[in-house]
Amino acid sequence: MLKDITLGQYYPGDSWIHRLDARVKIIATILYIVSLFIVKDFIGFGLVVIFLALVIGISKVPLSFILRGLKPIFIIILFTFVINMLMTKGTILWQWGIIRITEEGLYNAVFMGLRLVFLIIGSSLLTFTTKPMSLTDGIEKILSPLRKIGVPAHELAMMMSIALRFIPTLMEEADKIMKAQKARGADFETGNIFRRAKALVPLLVPLFIGAFRIAQDLAMAMEARCYRGGAHRTRMNAMVLQKKDAAASVLMAAFLFLLIIQSQLL
Amino acid sequence: MSIRVEQLCHIYNEGLPHETKALSDVSFEIKSGIFCGIIGHTGSGKSSLIQHLNGLLKPKSGKIFIDGEEITAEGFPLRNIRRKVGLVFQYPEYQLFEETVLKDVAFGPLNLGFSQEEALEQAKQALELVGLPWEEFGERSPFDLSGGQKRRAAIAGVLAMKPRILILDEPTAGLDPQSHREILAMIRKIQETEGITILLVSHNMRDIAALSDQILVMDQGRIALQGTPKEVFSQGETLRKLGLDLPPAAAFAEELKNKGCALEELPLTIEEAEETILRWLKHKN
Repeated sequence: MLKDITLGQYYPGDSWIHRLDARVKIIATILYIVSLFIVKDFIGFGLVVIFLALVIGISKVPLSFILRGLKPIFIIILFTFVINMLMTKGTILWQWGIIRITEEGLYNAVFMGLRLVFLIIGSSLLTFTTKPMSLTDGIEKILSPLRKIGVPAHELAMMMSIALRFIPTLMEEADKIMKAQKARGADFETGNIFRRAKALVPLLVPLFIGAFRIAQDLAMAMEARCYRGGAHRTRMNAMVLQKKDAAASVLMAAFLFLLIIQSQLL
Repeated sequence: MSIRVEQLCHIYNEGLPHETKALSDVSFEIKSGIFCGIIGHTGSGKSSLIQHLNGLLKPKSGKIFIDGEEITAEGFPLRNIRRKVGLVFQYPEYQLFEETVLKDVAFGPLNLGFSQEEALEQAKQALELVGLPWEEFGERSPFDLSGGQKRRAAIAGVLAMKPRILILDEPTAGLDPQSHREILAMIRKIQETEGITILLVSHNMRDIAALSDQILVMDQGRIALQGTPKEVFSQGETLRKLGLDLPPAAAFAEELKNKGCALEELPLTIEEAEETILRWLKHKN
């Protein structure tokens, strides 16, 4: 069950997208997210789909793997969809008591739902194709000019890389504890929502204790290797922009330009 | 209570690129009241096997009979298996969560549907059995106990469910020698007083040799060897090929044999070794 969560994981590969500089990918992802909010109609989304299909095709990450990442947030998408559908005023298509579905509502619901789906697919492509280490290195590099005004760029990046690194570890831990409690007759699957929430206590308490234990061990291990924060640290892999990064930037700029033109013309 | 396993197969991540065969064609039988040791190097399928025995994992194919009942049958109530087969995982102290030791130990029986009083009564008995008298430890927080005590409290949590088969996965891993001895003595005592079937997974050949009536040797998801300790540990060559070792007494006897003094019987413990060597010396003179 827990192993099904693919969101935020790295999908090992050696595609063109995988090899791009992390900074380019991060900025491109931010621009992509912005672009989703420029889109005004379904023609715009058509462009987004073409762009996404292109990127996914090059990245060689299987589509099924990407779609599986949508599963855990399905509820949020559904919730947005329903709220938009029911809460928008306009021409009434269908009515039952106080519940009414309007034409505009349906349009909005589909539109917002698609926007969320594209948002998640696009941003998860970043983590699928970028190793957590290069991702945080990239974030650190991007944030480093802000160090002058007191933004702890290195510390932020380190915290992020630790958080990412420990997702699978904690999932494994959770799986183990769950099995141990099931062996003691615990039931995580049946009952109403309150019973189920209560049934999580035997899982969550040991999990939190485990997380603190792991954190302490990690802090000790880092200190034992003389870790003292960001100042004067050099990198094993210095990040250098290459031709393919320039090409990717041009591609991204072209996509953004196309979208802006399309949204302005209509 | 007896265990019979027939042609058990299990595959992890079936259909995905990282598909792995965890168990293939595993068959064995453990008679009621037997102490069975399970050995094999890391990743040989021991953990997958024992998780099948109380229904935590479902086999791809094959059958498991506990006390003659097929637990792998469609719709077999899992609660019945969990009541009969107690499984103590590696580092069980990481599963403790309640405010007091007594409450934590009573968690299992409460889940099985026992009344509050019954559950507490069984918890008290279980704590007694593992050597943590409830009058002294019952009201303490499980997180205040020492490492060895935590582990015993966690084992009590499974014993309180009164299983007729107890499976222990490396119950002595990471403990100091004193706690190690105490846990082993405790396991032995439980088998004597409760008369239950025990399966012990361990990397410590000395413990396995000293306690087992029967041994299963796992390798790459298969049973590589099985038999009595004497039968299994007389095959030093095969065991070493599987990344395993002999118990010290048997290894010593093997060395002696290579040096030209064949003992008439393979010793499994230091005491047995002493005896057979003395006998050999007497015979020689």
